[in-house]
Amino acid sequence: MIAHVIVVPKPVVNDPQGTTVRQGLRALGFSEVTDVRVGKYIKVTLDAASADEAHDRVEEMCRKLLANRVIEDFRFDLLPAAAEPKNRPALDRRRRREEEPA
Amino acid sequence: MKFGVVVFPGTWSDRDWGHVIKDVLGAELIYLWHKDRELHGVDCVVLPGGFSYGDYLRTGAIARFSPVMDSVAEFAAAGGLVWGSCNGFQILCEAGLLPGALIRNHCLEFRCEWALVRCDQPGTPYTWRLERGQLINLPIAHGEGNYVADPDTLRQLEGNGQVVFRYCDASGEPTAGANPNGSINNIAGIVNSSRNVLGMMPHPERCAEPELGGTDGLALFRSLLQTASSVTLR
Repeated sequence: MIAHVIVVPKPVVNDPQGTTVRQGLRALGFSEVTDVRVGKYIKVTLDAASADEAHDRVEEMCRKLLANRVIEDFRFDLLPAAAEPKNRPALDRRRRREEEPA
Repeated sequence: MKFGVVVFPGTWSDRDWGHVIKDVLGAELIYLWHKDRELHGVDCVVLPGGFSYGDYLRTGAIARFSPVMDSVAEFAAAGGLVWGSCNGFQILCEAGLLPGALIRNHCLEFRCEWALVRCDQPGTPYTWRLERGQLINLPIAHGEGNYVADPDTLRQLEGNGQVVFRYCDASGEPTAGANPNGSINNIAGIVNSSRNVLGMMPHPERCAEPELGGTDGLALFRSLLQTASSVTLR
């Protein structure tokens, strides 16, 4: 399975990075931006007998390490590993090579 | 008195602490490797500043799972002295030995400068040679020293007198201008409820000799040495 984990600062916690990015976006003319929160995306690949088991294990990973519950909230989606595009790193490497000037 | 200075991969202040403990104060020193569970009978565990594990994930998040931290938690629970500065403070919060957390400075800058802090709690083993309200000048060097805690925790800290140090201006007022990182209530250092665990962002080990521009940090070390000797005499 693959867990796509999103960790964001709790709504009550100040997010100096988010505030700065919001100011940057507004300075670029995106005046419709009212708020930005900067968090983390963590991709976890794991072996699990079932989706339920994977869910429980990832939940525990988030509580124990991936998020600090004092300041952060987390959520995650689980996808079967087969749904991921195969050989992605190799493709990326090839693309980079092609794009590099000779 | 025997100090144990913990060394994680990426710790950078361990030798500064060691120098002050051994060469300036003449106390006994041992370095505790993070993989070592044995505390070797130390009287005080020091968690120094630095970038343990490269600050990966969050500051202190990985260090708290080091084998040595299990022993440090047991030692603290039994009333042992545990003193964390800078990254050490961050590790203590991540480990749950102190409440709250430290997030990115509100200015997003790494602040490396002298900071005036007010001692608000002389009733700890680390500060009893200081007076309530006394201002001391200590160096800070951090990007993530912005202390946060939920309102209940904050009420508890303030109500129990667990806020030990506060960033202040020269007149002793905890103003926004004197706050280098945006910490709530200008908090620079706190103790746990039994007052044996101290976490602080400033670096007392970097101002223990006149050659380094100040000696205000010595008051904390001397408080601790006196604590240890009075315990022994009893």
